[in-house]
Amino acid sequence: MIEFSHITKTYGSEPEAYTALRDVSFSIDEGEFVAIMGPSGSGKSTLMHILGCLDTPTSGTYTLEDRDVSTMNDDELAEIRKDKIGFVFQSFNLLPRTTVLRNVMLPLIYAGTPVEERTARAVAALVASGLTESHFNHLSNQLSGGQIQRVAIARALVNDPSLILADEPTGNLDSRTSLIVLGTLQELNRKHGCTIVLITHEPDIAQHANRIIRIRDGKIVSDEKNTTPRDATRETKLYEETAHV
Amino acid sequence: MRNRDLIDETYAALSANKVRSSLTVLGIVIGIASVIALTAIGQGAQSSIQSSIESIGSNLIEVLPGATRQIGFGVSGGRGTARSLTIDDENALAQVTNVAEVSGEVSNRYQVAAAGANTNTTVDGVDAAYATIRNLTIDQGSFITDSQSASLAKVAVVGPTVVTDLFGTNAVASDALGQNIRINNIQFTIVGVTMTKGASGFGNQDTMIYVPIATALQYFAGTGNAYLSTIDIQATTQSAMTQVQNDVTTLLLSRHNISDPTKADFSVLNQADLVSAASSVTGTLTSLLAAVAGISLIVGGIGIMNMMLTTVTERMREIGLRKAIGATKKDINNQFLAEAIALTFIGGAIGIALGWSISFIVSITGIVSAQVTFSSVLLAFGVSATIGIVFGWYPAKRASNLNPIDALRYE
Repeated sequence: MIEFSHITKTYGSEPEAYTALRDVSFSIDEGEFVAIMGPSGSGKSTLMHILGCLDTPTSGTYTLEDRDVSTMNDDELAEIRKDKIGFVFQSFNLLPRTTVLRNVMLPLIYAGTPVEERTARAVAALVASGLTESHFNHLSNQLSGGQIQRVAIARALVNDPSLILADEPTGNLDSRTSLIVLGTLQELNRKHGCTIVLITHEPDIAQHANRIIRIRDGKIVSDEKNTTPRDATRETKLYEETAHV
Repeated sequence: MRNRDLIDETYAALSANKVRSSLTVLGIVIGIASVIALTAIGQGAQSSIQSSIESIGSNLIEVLPGATRQIGFGVSGGRGTARSLTIDDENALAQVTNVAEVSGEVSNRYQVAAAGANTNTTVDGVDAAYATIRNLTIDQGSFITDSQSASLAKVAVVGPTVVTDLFGTNAVASDALGQNIRINNIQFTIVGVTMTKGASGFGNQDTMIYVPIATALQYFAGTGNAYLSTIDIQATTQSAMTQVQNDVTTLLLSRHNISDPTKADFSVLNQADLVSAASSVTGTLTSLLAAVAGISLIVGGIGIMNMMLTTVTERMREIGLRKAIGATKKDINNQFLAEAIALTFIGGAIGIALGWSISFIVSITGIVSAQVTFSSVLLAFGVSATIGIVFGWYPAKRASNLNPIDALRYE
C-alpha cells in the first residue's frame, strides 16, 4: 500500500545543503501497525512529513495506494491528505473554544461531506476512539490531556483514511494517559484494521507496534517484526491495580 | 468547502474574539457613517441654497448695465454703473418671444423717515409686473399698479423690516397701511406691506421699499436721467430661458448699435447660471466633506488589515492543522477573506444605519434638511465591500501561502 523507494530529501542548496534522508526504501502493507523510531535529528520528522504528504522528496518515489505522490503539487497533496491520511500530533492541535464534535467534523467540512452524514460519522469516530457521549459537547479546552488526544485520534479517523500517522502522540502525556492513547491506537488497528504509523523516540512506546523501523542519520538501521508487542490495555489495568495497592 | 460551512467558520472565528472584532468593525462604522451623514448634509445644503435662489423669482433673466467707460486710462465705474438701459429698451424687450413679464428697476438708497423714526434703505422704482417676476407676496394692502405708475402717484409698498424700523418693534403690517413716510424728503403713502421672505441671493427683500417706476424716475432721478439700474425679465418656461437670453442680447445689441458682442454695454444674467454656479460651489464642498470622511474609511480599512494580520499570526497552528487535514490554498484564502469581508459588511450596515440616524437628527433639529440619497448608500456599501476585499486580500494570501510544516511547528 505504501511504497518508499530510494527516497532522499535534501534541504537548502550546495554548499550548505543538509541531507535529512538518504536513500530510504521500505513498504507498509494495509493493516500494519508500524513504529518508526529514532533519536532527534535522525530524520524521522522529515520521513513523517513525506509520509504525510506535507512535503515531497528531493528524489525517489513514494507510492500511496498506487498513486505516485512524490511529484504532486500543493493542491494535489492537499487532496491526498484530505482523503487518505489522518494526523495525530504531539501537541493535539484542536481548535480552541470549539466543541469536541465540531473538532472531529472539521475534516468532513473540507471533504464536502453532506451535513446530515457528518454528525453520525463524527460520533462513530469518537466512539471508536473510546470517548463517550457525555464528552461530545464539551469545549476542547475543558478536557484532560488523554481525552484531548483521543479527540484528535477521532478527528484523524473520521475521514476513513488509508493511513493514520501519529507523530509522537504521547509526547505531552504522562505514562498512564500514554498507555490509554496507545491502547486506543492498538484497538483501532486490531478491531478496525486501520493502518497506523507511529513516530516516536521512546523504545517503550515503539514496543507496542507490530513492526519497528529504526532510523539514524537519515538511514534505516533496522526494520524488524515485533512478534510480541506490548498490550497497552492490559498494562493500563496493571497500572491501575498497582496504584491501588 | 461549502458556502454554508464558510459562513459557519467565519462566524465562529469572529465571535471567538468579540472585543477585537467589534473594535475593528467600529472603525468601518465611523467611516461609513461619516461619509453618509456628511454627503447628506452637503446635499441638503445644496438644495436649500437652490430653493432660496429660486425664491427670488422663477425663470428670471436680469439685464444689467455695463461698466462706464472713459477714453484712455480713466477710472472705470464698474459693472452696473453705466447709463445704458432705458424705459424704451424695457418696452422693446417685452416684445421678445417667450417673454412673460418685464419690469424695469431704478434702485438707490435714501433716508426714509416717519413719525420721528428714520432709517436708510434701498428704494426700488418698479413696474406692477415686478411682484410676479420676483415672487413677492403681499401681506396687507396691494402692490403697485400700472395706473399708479402712469399717474406718478406717490405710493409705496414696504417690507416688514421697514415697518418695524419706522413704526416700532411691535408694529404689525396693518399698522403701517395708510401711513405717510418721507423718502428723500418727499411724502409717500404706504399702500402695501410684503410678506416676510428673509435674506436670499441678492440682499434682504424684507428691507426694501417699492415705488412706481415713473414716480421714481420723476422725483429721484432728476431731469434727463431716465436710466434703469436693472431690467428683470420672466421667461414663460424654464426651457425657453436660453432662447430668451440670446434674443434679448441680440435685440439690445442692435438697439445700442453695437456690432461686437464683447463690447456690449450691458450684461444678461440667467438665473439658471446662478443656480448652477451655487450648485457647483456646494457640490465642491460636499465632495470635500466626503473626501475627509473617506480618509477615516481608509483608516478603518487599515484597522481591518491589521486585525487580520494579527489573526493570521495567532492562528498559525490552526492554519497548519487545517492544511494538514486537507484544506487547499483556496479554502484557507476564502476563509480569511470571508472574515475580512464579513467585518466590513457588518460595519457597513451599522454605518449606514448610524449615518442615516445622524442625518435624521440633523434634519429634525432644523440645522439643515439633510438628504440621504440612495446613491450615497450604494456607494458606501460598495466602498466597504471593496475595503474588505482589498485589505483582506493580503492577510488571506499570506495565510494561504503558509507552509503547513512551518505553520504546525509555529510557537
